[in-house]
Amino acid sequence: MTANKYSVLNTRVHNVDGYAKVTGRATYTFDVKLPGMLYGKILRSPHPHARIISIDPTEALKLPGVRAVVTGKDTLGVKQGIWRRYPELCDEQILTIEKVRYIGEPVAAVAAITEEIAEQALDLIDVQYEVLPFVDDPMEAIKKEAPMIHEGVERNVNVTRHIEWGDVEEAFEEAEYVREDWFKLGGQAHMCMETRATVASYTSDKKLTVYTSTQSPYYHQALLAGVLGLRESDIRVIAHYVGGGFGGKFELDASQFCASVLSMKLSKPVKIVFTREEDFIATKRRTPMYYYVRTGVKKDGTFCARETRVFTNGGAYTGMGATALYLTGFFHSFPYKWKAYRYDGYRVYTNSLPSSSMRGFGAPQAMFCSEQQIDWIAADLGLDIIEIRRKNAHTTGYEVPGQATIGSCGLNQCLDRIEQWIKAKGTLPKNRAIGISAAGFMTGGIFNWFDSPYSFSSAVVTINYDGVVELHVGAQDIGQGSNTTLAMICAEALGVKLENIKVHSGDTDHCPADLGAWGSRQTLMAGNATKMAAEDAKKQLLEFASAKFGYNIIYDLDIKDNWVHNVARPERGMNYVDLVKEALRGKDGQRIIGRGHYTPHRKGMISPAYSYMVQAVEAEIDVETGKLSIINCTTAHDCGQPINTLGLIGQLEGAASMAAGYGYLENMPVEDGKVMNPNLVDYKIIRAPDMPECEIIEIDTYEPEGPYGAKEAGEGLTNPTAAALGNAIFHATGLQMKQAPIMSEMIVNAFKEKKKEGGTR
Amino acid sequence: MEKQLLRFLVNDQEYELFINPKTLLVEALRDHLGFAGAKRGCDTASCGVCTVMVNGMAVKGCSVLAVQVNGMNITTVEGLEKDGKLDPVQAAFLDEGAFQCGFCTSGMIMSARAFLNETPAPKDTMEIRRGIEGNLCRCTGYNSIVRAIDAVAKGKYREGA
Repeated sequence: MTANKYSVLNTRVHNVDGYAKVTGRATYTFDVKLPGMLYGKILRSPHPHARIISIDPTEALKLPGVRAVVTGKDTLGVKQGIWRRYPELCDEQILTIEKVRYIGEPVAAVAAITEEIAEQALDLIDVQYEVLPFVDDPMEAIKKEAPMIHEGVERNVNVTRHIEWGDVEEAFEEAEYVREDWFKLGGQAHMCMETRATVASYTSDKKLTVYTSTQSPYYHQALLAGVLGLRESDIRVIAHYVGGGFGGKFELDASQFCASVLSMKLSKPVKIVFTREEDFIATKRRTPMYYYVRTGVKKDGTFCARETRVFTNGGAYTGMGATALYLTGFFHSFPYKWKAYRYDGYRVYTNSLPSSSMRGFGAPQAMFCSEQQIDWIAADLGLDIIEIRRKNAHTTGYEVPGQATIGSCGLNQCLDRIEQWIKAKGTLPKNRAIGISAAGFMTGGIFNWFDSPYSFSSAVVTINYDGVVELHVGAQDIGQGSNTTLAMICAEALGVKLENIKVHSGDTDHCPADLGAWGSRQTLMAGNATKMAAEDAKKQLLEFASAKFGYNIIYDLDIKDNWVHNVARPERGMNYVDLVKEALRGKDGQRIIGRGHYTPHRKGMISPAYSYMVQAVEAEIDVETGKLSIINCTTAHDCGQPINTLGLIGQLEGAASMAAGYGYLENMPVEDGKVMNPNLVDYKIIRAPDMPECEIIEIDTYEPEGPYGAKEAGEGLTNPTAAALGNAIFHATGLQMKQAPIMSEMIVNAFKEKKKEGGTR
Repeated sequence: MEKQLLRFLVNDQEYELFINPKTLLVEALRDHLGFAGAKRGCDTASCGVCTVMVNGMAVKGCSVLAVQVNGMNITTVEGLEKDGKLDPVQAAFLDEGAFQCGFCTSGMIMSARAFLNETPAPKDTMEIRRGIEGNLCRCTGYNSIVRAIDAVAKGKYREGA
C-alpha cells in the first residue's frame, strides 16, 4: 500500500450518523408518530389469480374505531411502474380493480384508530372472487395453453431482451470444445430489518407529506404524484433513516400508496407498517431464473462463443424486473472477452409475487451459471482455473462490443493475488475445498427509463460564517453509508476537516433530486456532484484569497486541512474559517454556495465504470448430511480509490453474508403461488456463527470517471459467492450443482445419483 | 381484558403503567413510554431487534408480556450512555463501524452488553458469535460487530486504557 495522499479519503472515520444510531436516537419511519395519526392495514388476496366480483366494506365500517375503507375504485386507477417511458410496462395498480394476480396482492385498505381495530376490520370486508386458473412457473406460463395473466400479453411474455456481438455461429465453428448446461436459480427476499413502512399526512391545502422507508425519495415523490394526481412539488418525501433497502425499496409499494390514499380521504395522518409476513409475500424478490448456457472454447482455454437463453419468473408485475433481465444477460458475459456472444432473455409473467431488483441486479444468478461452467470446462480440458480466467479476462480499455468501455480494470491483479492466497493455504482437510469466482459490476446505471428531467445526481454546498459546510444531496443513505462517503468527498474537495461537514439528505423539500440509492450509483454519481459543488465553493473562496493575498497570479492557491495557502509556499496562508468570515463580508453577507451535478455521457449502454473482483470461498461439506459451511471468504477487490475505509469493509462483509445466504440458505419455495416460508423461523439468513472470516485484498486502480478514481463497492460482491461455493463443492466432491441456493438435500441427492452412476465424474 | 398496574424500573427510573395484560414489553416501552430505540422486525421472536435487558439479562421485548416484568429493572439502549459518556459497547460499535442501517443496532448493542456482563472474557470469537446468535443483522455480516465486542472484551475501552 502506498501512503495515503489524501487528508480525509481512505481514512477510518466514524459514520456521520453513528451517534444517532448507537444511542437509539435514529428515527425510522417505523418510529414516526404524528398527532391524530390513524393506523392502516391492507386486505390481501388469498388467491393467485381471480377476478374481483365485488368488495363490500359495510360491516367493516360499522366496527367502532374504523375511519375508512378504500378499494381500487376510490383511486384514480392508474397503472404505474418505474419504467415510465414505456407505458406497456406500467402494469401495476397497487389497489387492483378487476383482477388479483398473486397471493397477497392488495385489494382494500382500512384506517382505524388502532392497528388492532384495523386488523379486525379486514376480516369484515366481504370480497367476492371468481377464481381463475393460475400458473406460477415461467416455463409453464410461456406455453400457448397457459392462463393469460395480463390482458393481451401473449404467452405471458412481459419483456424480451437481446444482446449480441460477433458472429456466434462462426465462433462456435472455431471452438474445439462445446459444453451446454441448464441451471435453475431461486428467488431471495430482501429481508430488510425495517419492513416497508409509511406515514402519509395529507392536509386539505392539497399538500402531502410522506415519511417512508425508501431508497429514493425523489422516485417516490414522482411516482406518488402520478398515482394520486398531485403536483410533484406538493409532495414531500422524508426518509431520514432507512432500515435497509437492498434493491427492494425504490418502487412504489402498498404502504406508500394505501397510506396516502387513506390520508387523502380523511385528511389525517395514516401509518402503515408491513408485518414480516407481508414483507415476505407481498413485496418483490430477487428474480428466479432458468438459465441455458452453451459455451465454446479452444483447447487452450480461449473463449470463443457463448449463447445463453434465460427465462425469468417475473411474477405478477414488471417493477424493476425489466432491468434485471437486461443486466443478467450483460453480466453473464462478465468479466471476460468473448469473440461472439448472444443472449436472449424472456421475462414471463406468473401468478406469484413480483420479482425485481435485488443487490447484484441479476448478476449473482448470471455468475452462478457462468463461473461454475468455466470450472467444469477447465476440468474437462485439464486446464488451471486461474489460467483459464486470466487468458480471457477484461483489461483496462477493453470494449464490450456495442455495450461498454472499461475505463479501469484490476482483474488480472485480483487473479494473481487470489492465486497466491490459494497457494499459501496449502493442502486442505478432507471434504474441504476452495472454489473461486470472478465477477464485475456496474457503478450506477446509464438508464433513465424513469424519464427524470433532472440530473442523475445533484449537490449543493453552502458555507456558513463559522466555516461549517451544509451539504445538501438527494442521495439516500440506507445504511450503506453514503452520507459519510459524500461528507468525506466534500471535505477532501474543499480542503476542510470532516467535522466541518453537515450532510442533509432524505428530504425532497430540502434536497436536490437524485435517482437514489440503487445500482451502486451514489459514490460515483452523487460523489461527482458533491465534488463539483465543493470545488465550485472552493473556487469562490480562493478567488477572494487571491485578491486578499495579492500574490503574483502565476501562483496556485489551495486549501488543505483547513489551511488556505500558496501551493509553492505552503507555510504562507491563513486559517480557512477566518478566510470564510472575510469572504462573506466581501460578498455583502451572502453565504458561499457551490453547485454540482452529474449525468453520465458517452459511457456506453450500461455504466460509467465497472468494479472487478475475484473471490475464493473455502467450504466444508458434510458428505452424510449435505450440510455446508463456509470457513473463509477472501476477495481480491478492485473498487478504484477507496473513499470510506470502514464503510467499505462493512459493505464487502455485508455483501458476502447476503451472497452466502443466496448460496446455501435462503430458499424461497413457492407452491401453488404461495410463498411457503414467509417468516424468520423458516426463512433462514446467515446468523453470526455462520459467518466466515472475510479477508479483503484491495487492488489499487484509478477510475478516470469516478470521484478521485473511485467506483462501485458493496453490491458487486453479492455476485461471486454462490458460484464460488458451487465450485468449492465441485472441487471437494466432483458434484456439479446446477441449482441455487444449494440446499443440503440437493447435495445428498446428488451423492446418491452419483453413486448410482458408478461414482464417475 | 381488565387492565393491570405495572410498576417497574426503566433505566433506573420508576414508571407506573395501567396496562392491558396482553401488552408486550416492547410495546410498553415503545408505545407507552417512548423508549423507541428497541424496534420490531418479526412476529416470531426470531430477529432480536427488540432486545432489552431485564435485570441484566438480554430479553427479546416481543417474547415477554409487560406485566411479567413487574418490579424488575429494565435497561434499554437509551439508558446505556452515562453522564454524557457512551458505554464501551457503543463506543466500540462506532469505532469498528459495527452498524449500517442501524435498525438492528439497539437490540444488537443490548445483546452485546448483556453477553459481556455474563462473559467478560470470551475464550474465542466463536463464543462472541454465539452470544449474538439471536440477533439478525442484514447489513454488516456481523464481523465488524464481533470485532467491536472483542475490542471491549480485550479491555480497549477500560478506564485509563
